[in-house]
Amino acid sequence: MNFTRVFQEAIPSLAWGFLMTVEITLISLFFAFFLGLIACLFNTSKKRALRYIAKFYIWLVRGTPMLVQAMFIYLGLPQLIQLLIYPDFRLTAFQAGAIVLSLNAGAYIAEILRGGIQAVDPGQMEAARSLGMSKSRSMYKVILPQALRISIPSLVNQSIITLKDTSIISAIGLAEIVYQAKIYVGKSMEFFATYTIIALFYLAFVTLLTWLSSYLEKRLNYGRKG
Amino acid sequence: MEEKVKVRGLHKYFGDLEVLRGIDLDVYKGDVVCIIGPSGSGKSTFLRCLNMLEQPTHGEVTVDGYLLTKKHAQIDKIRQNIGMVFQQFNLFPHLSVLQNIMLSPVDCKLLTKTEAEDVARKLLARVGLAEKADEYPRQLSGGQQQRVAIARALAMNPDVMLFDEPTSALDPEMIGEVLAVMKDLAEDGMTMIIVTHEMKFARDVADRVIFMDGGVIVEDGSPMQIFDETKEDRTKKFLGMVM
Ligand SMILES: Nc1ncnc2c1ncn2[C@@H]1O[C@H](COP(=O)(O)OP(=O)(O)OP(=O)(O)O)[C@@H](O)[C@H]1O
Ligand SMILES: [Mg+2]
Repeated sequence: MNFTRVFQEAIPSLAWGFLMTVEITLISLFFAFFLGLIACLFNTSKKRALRYIAKFYIWLVRGTPMLVQAMFIYLGLPQLIQLLIYPDFRLTAFQAGAIVLSLNAGAYIAEILRGGIQAVDPGQMEAARSLGMSKSRSMYKVILPQALRISIPSLVNQSIITLKDTSIISAIGLAEIVYQAKIYVGKSMEFFATYTIIALFYLAFVTLLTWLSSYLEKRLNYGRKG
Repeated sequence: MEEKVKVRGLHKYFGDLEVLRGIDLDVYKGDVVCIIGPSGSGKSTFLRCLNMLEQPTHGEVTVDGYLLTKKHAQIDKIRQNIGMVFQQFNLFPHLSVLQNIMLSPVDCKLLTKTEAEDVARKLLARVGLAEKADEYPRQLSGGQQQRVAIARALAMNPDVMLFDEPTSALDPEMIGEVLAVMKDLAEDGMTMIIVTHEMKFARDVADRVIFMDGGVIVEDGSPMQIFDETKEDRTKKFLGMVM
């Protein structure tokens, strides 16, 4: 249990690993947000085909473990594409990981946004429509801003989940923090110190996200007291 | 006289429930029509059929010479010409008072931002809320919110204004300020259809009063004909209960 030793030997690689963790989290969340928004709009669309596409996507993601998805995208999918389209096709662990995390977070964000939209008073849409705004413009200008505000806590929660889910991507060899830790403890046997430090990395970032959440909620208060 | 609203044979079903059972109505430019009647008689549904917030099951609705009930009617375009004021105000809580009023004229490209702001400030002054431009709806009283909602509808420069119980959600001391704005609008020549429980307002301001019951228009006449000279039992009974 030699923290000094672990600090000296492992901090550089752990910090790099954590940087990788944060990087893939942020990139995935960025794509997931748009994916989620599109899936949510499909899901609430009048067109049945669009609704089915969204429901199929959400069903698929929710119904399979992320580890299996990661293996599938990293190893399975390239095999199929090599066979059918392009024989040299490959994905890096980072690309495959980002795809899996985006698809996952996207499915959950779609449901979060749907809940947010449903929580907006139906009178808002009626007011916007009665002013002559089209359905899509009303959605964009009136409903979505309110739905997003309502969804902030759940969206931050999903960001935290995605951050933690990156550790699963270590299974396909992405050199994020858990992967780096495994390598280091294999050599040094410093389990306690190493994993304590890792936990602190995660905690620090999650705390940051929580602050961001309350800051955003306050910023978007629109004259609400307190 | 120019006909603003024409309704013929309007029926509306919710599932098996027939809420409107054949309504005919003609409203001319500058008319102020108050609709009264018991709860559940279909007043709101009727009003909402006039701007297609509810889809009529049968019948024709024509506003400003344009048949709304035809297939592929350009409903968004028509609605720009029909203002609506709701019982619950329905202001946009994430936008300031000024932004609430400017949103639709700018978004529908009727006005530039600068023009819209100019119009919005004038309308706010007209409803007596010039100094509230930068506040959010939440910071206003109910009466103030409803006056902003009226200004918001007016910003589209509509030909017809629909009001669905605009004062029913208000504390009694705020009803007067909203009715005053509506009266001002009526005197200015706006064509208005108002569902209301304010009998005194209907008597003072309306050109015509319509009594609805059970999804039909039971009586349609001048305030004096309805309030003082009615021969209809159903009207008498209703007025007896509310006055
Ligand atoms: N969306 C809807 N779905 C099903 N039934 C409805 C719907 N809207 C209204 N109704 C029914 O239609 C009838 C008429 O309702 P409406 O709201 O038009 O009455 P109203 O005259 O405005 O009553 P109030 O004075 O209480 O506002 C009621 O029986 C109501 O329950
Ligand atoms: Mg009603």
